[in-house]
Formats: sequence, structure tokens, C-alpha cells
Amino acid sequence: MTKIWRRPETTTALLVLLTFIGGDIYSPKFPNVAYLLDNTTLSIETGLAALGMTFVIISGEIDLSVGSTLGLTACLFAKLLNGGIPWPIAGIATVATGCMLGWVNGVLVARLKLPSFVVTLGTFAAYRGAAQALMNAESIRIPPSLAGVDVLHLPGTAIPDELVFLIVMAIICGVVLGRTVFGRWVYATGSGIQSAIYAGVPVARVKALVFVLSGFMASLGGMLMDSRLSMAEYSHGLGLEIDAITAVVLGGTSIFGGEGTIVGTMLALLMLVFLRSAMGIANVSAEYQLAAIGSLLILSIIARNYVRRLSLSRERRMLSQAKPAQES
Amino acid sequence: MLVLVFSAVKDPSFLRETNVQSILQWVPLMVVMGLGQMMVIITRGIDVSVGSLAGLTAILVGLVTRSHTDMSAPVALALGAITGLILGSFNGLLIAFAEVPPIIATLATMIGYRGLAFIASRAKQIDSNQIPQSLIDLSQRGPFRIGGLLCPWILVLAIVIVGLGAFFLKSTRPGRDVFAVGSNPPAALLRGVSVKRTQFMVFALSGLLSGIVGVFYMSRYGFVNPGSAGVGLELMVIAAAVIGGTNVAGGTGTVLGLIAGCLLLATINVSLAVLGISENYQQLVYGVTILIGVVLDGFVKQNAARLRAT
Repeated sequence: MTKIWRRPETTTALLVLLTFIGGDIYSPKFPNVAYLLDNTTLSIETGLAALGMTFVIISGEIDLSVGSTLGLTACLFAKLLNGGIPWPIAGIATVATGCMLGWVNGVLVARLKLPSFVVTLGTFAAYRGAAQALMNAESIRIPPSLAGVDVLHLPGTAIPDELVFLIVMAIICGVVLGRTVFGRWVYATGSGIQSAIYAGVPVARVKALVFVLSGFMASLGGMLMDSRLSMAEYSHGLGLEIDAITAVVLGGTSIFGGEGTIVGTMLALLMLVFLRSAMGIANVSAEYQLAAIGSLLILSIIARNYVRRLSLSRERRMLSQAKPAQES
Repeated sequence: MLVLVFSAVKDPSFLRETNVQSILQWVPLMVVMGLGQMMVIITRGIDVSVGSLAGLTAILVGLVTRSHTDMSAPVALALGAITGLILGSFNGLLIAFAEVPPIIATLATMIGYRGLAFIASRAKQIDSNQIPQSLIDLSQRGPFRIGGLLCPWILVLAIVIVGLGAFFLKSTRPGRDVFAVGSNPPAALLRGVSVKRTQFMVFALSGLLSGIVGVFYMSRYGFVNPGSAGVGLELMVIAAAVIGGTNVAGGTGTVLGLIAGCLLLATINVSLAVLGISENYQQLVYGVTILIGVVLDGFVKQNAARLRAT
């Protein structure tokens, strides 16, 4: 077992603490637990997308289309509901569509062996465009009975139901990734595709499946966002992919694939929630907030690259010291 | 490909002068930016920051011309090119030397540059009276007319730039290195090509060209809004490059294909407006165009692999 201080998640946990203390200094409202818990409901959709994204990035790919998938499925869900279809059926249809949209990405990447950043950039535009074409720049209201999922709390506590849902999903994802054969396959695919093929991993199927999972998570997020805002618009989830990728990378997942955990992603998400809340309270404008998230994304990758280079050179030094000893 | 463009242009409803005129004023922006994007894609990279970069450059140049409304057009263009070069070099540094994957680095600078445009302009737009007349003339006047159609100066400039770009890619050493790096990075390294330097160069060049496009944008539209200037241009030029035959897996791409791709997209763009199809479909069109280009690449590659196998 790796020592705890050498795990990438530890850095993330420290960062979470740091942002918490930083936010504490900046604003008097910050340590208010109920306020922070309520603020997490703004990031549930990002969290779900980040769970799927963790699988995708560990398998060595990237999914830029999650925000657009979320937008398209959210619009579809609202359209179906307004067409008089009962919500369980509409929900199943929406989730199925989300899986299918993800599957399209997966097939293009896995079967045609195309770079995922171009494929998902294409679907990023196409799915958003389809949502726009579907809605004609209008917004649709959600039936009142389904609106406002974000204000539901566990009875007698300040814990939002949505947060519980996210945590349950995270635990399921964590178990699948860490304790099942499929999870091992995802790591194997990401750490070296050739060796994975030689080891008998069905690489193409694994890649297709991680994209399906990403689409599935995005469609869940789409329905939750509809309910939270009590309406659907084509712009739902615009720019969400950047927050999701930031959460994954900040949580210690290697952008080059093969390494990463769900725990790390969730910790990083918590940090983003703190950061956004603190910036919100401090009246930081949206442009600065975006710039801050962007810088965070870049810095976390640069820092990891640097650490990796350090450990590589240390290994090399140890090897070069070990060799003469073997010869003599 | 060319047939598609041709038939679209030949369709009588497109032959109205205003439509062709607006294509002529739009294409220069796309080809110049597309040239940079194509070089980046040939090296297996991608640059999604170009739209924001052009917007930020337009804002920065606009802030200068606001107090110097008598500035001549060449000076403004040079200013834009230098600004773009600096911003593009920053992308290049992140990608080549800090080893951040291109998509992540340029995604971050895409939102970063957009944010800077807001911050630098204090969220105020550059109005037409703050842009020098000589600059506006760049897109509204030209050296000659063909049958009532004006060939604007920006088109002339774009042709010169693209010609230089084609020469650079075909006949100079750094130009050939771009292809070498894209088709097989380890082999390029063994052959003595500096992969990092080439990567840095293409992103710097993409920035420089996008900076010029930022100034073209000022000239074409006569105002610069920090929120909308250049938004979505990245998708448009990526679509144009990919449908024009640039291989997304790196290694191949031609200037002629790029021009054809730009003409196709510009024609589609204008025809959508003519046919009364709302702007709501534009993004769908870019997305589907990228996907078609990508899928064609994929099939070609698979066939090639099968041929090699037999």
C-alpha cells in the first residue's frame, strides 16, 4: 500500500482545507454549515458529470461533450413531460438517450480509433446545436410537482437529498472502479493500450462503455438541473465540461490516463464548491471566476507533471546506483 | 468536396450579389485563422482558444485606437499580429514546455482570454467611432471589382498570407518539420527535429494569425464586444480544416483543402441565412460538419490499415 502522504488525493484534501480556511478569513458567512450544504446543490450536476469523466480520463480519453449532452437531455426531458408523458417513462427515455449520445462518442473513438478530443468537440457542437434546434431559443417550464428537487432535505437535518444521491452514486462508481474487473480494465486501458490488448482486455468495449457511462451521468444531471431551475433551456450545462474536467484533474487523476480515484474527484469537487461559494460571497465577477477555474486546471496539471518528472528522475538515479552493485 | 462547394455556389439563389459579397468578406477571417489551426492539427494538437484570442486582440487593439483614431491600418495589423503572437506563445509554452495536453491548455486559455477581454475593456464595447476609418476601409474597400463585386483588401491580404503559409509548409525546413512531427513524433525526434520547438512554433503562429483575424474582425464589423467578438470561431475553423481534409490524427493537410472547407462553410453559413433557417441551426451544422470530416478520416484510415494487412 502506498504511503498516505504520497497519494495524490492527500494534496487535494489539503487544498480543500486551505480553501476552507481561506474562505473563512474572507467572509464571515463562510463557516455556516447549512449555507455550505445548500450551496452543494449547485454543483450536483457537475459532480455527476465529473464521476463519468473520471472513468473517461482514466481510460486515457476525454469527453468535452458532457455539458452539451446534459443540455440536450434536459431539453428532451422537459419536452416529453410537456407532451403529457408520465415522468417515469420520460425519465427512462431521457437516460436512454443520454446513454446513446455517449455511445456515439464511444463508437467513434473506439471503433474508428479517432482522437477523442476532436470527436467530442464535434459532438459538443452537434448536441448543443440539436438542443438549440429543438427548443428554438425558448425555455419550457417543468410541471410544478417535479420542480425544486434541490430544496428537499433529509428529514430533520440540513443535508440536501441531492447531495445524498451524489454520494451514493460516487460510492457505486468508486466500487465499480476500484473493486471490479471492469474497473481494472479501465485502468489497464489507460496505462498502456498495447499491453492491455496483450493482456486480453476488450479495449474497444471498455472505451465505448466509459463514454456511455459519461452520457448516462450527464442525462441524470440534465433532469436534476431541469428540476432545480424548474425549466429547461438549450443553454443548460454550458461550460460544465470545464468544471468537471477540473474536478477530475485536481483530484489527482492523471490527464494522460491510467491513474486516479473517485475519492480524489469528490474531494476536488468539494474544493470547487468552497471556492465558488467563497468567490460568490466575495462578489467576484463571473469572468474572474472562470479565469480562476481555468488557472486552477492548468496549475494542477503542471504541478503533477513536475512531481512526476521528479519521481522519474529519482527512480533513474536509484537504478543507476543499483546497477554497479549487481555487477560486482 | 469541391463539387459540393461548386454546386452550392452555382445554385441561382446564391448568386445574388450581396450574398457573394458577404461570403467574400467572411472567408478571409476563416482562412487566415484556419491556416494556423491546420498547422496545429497537423502536429496532432488542437487550439480551441483562437476565438477568444482574436476577441481579446481586437479589444486590446481597440483600446489603443480609442485614443489614436488616426492610426493607419498597417500599424493596427502589426499591433494585432504582435499581440496574437504573445498570446499564442503562452499557449505554446504551456503545451510544449509544461507538457499540458493541447486540448486542456487551450480550453483553459479560451476562458482565460475571454475573461481578460472583459477585464481589459471593463465590459464596455469598442464602438465604431473608436476604430480608425483606415481600418474600416480594409474590409469595405478594395483594389478592384469583378462584375460589380468588390474584392476587399482583407481578401487580398488573406490570399497573400495563405500563399505564404502554403510556401512555408511546402518548401521550408520548419514547415516540413510540422508534417514530420505530426506523422510520427518519435521518428521526427530521431531525425533531429525538435518536437517541442515545432509544437511551440505552431501554437505561436496560430496565435499570430488569430491576432490578425482579430483586427480583420474590427474592420469587418466596425465594433468589438468583449462578450461576443470571436465566439464560436474556433468551432468554425476546426470544422473547415477537418472537412477540408486535414487529418485529425495528424500528419496531413493541405492549404487548398482548407480553402475549399472555408468556402463550403461560408456558403452554408450565408445560405442558412438566405433560406431563412434561424441561427439556432448554425452550431448543429458546425458540429455535424466536424463529425462528417472526422468519420471520413476514420474510414480512410481503417481502409488503409486493411490494405496494409492484406
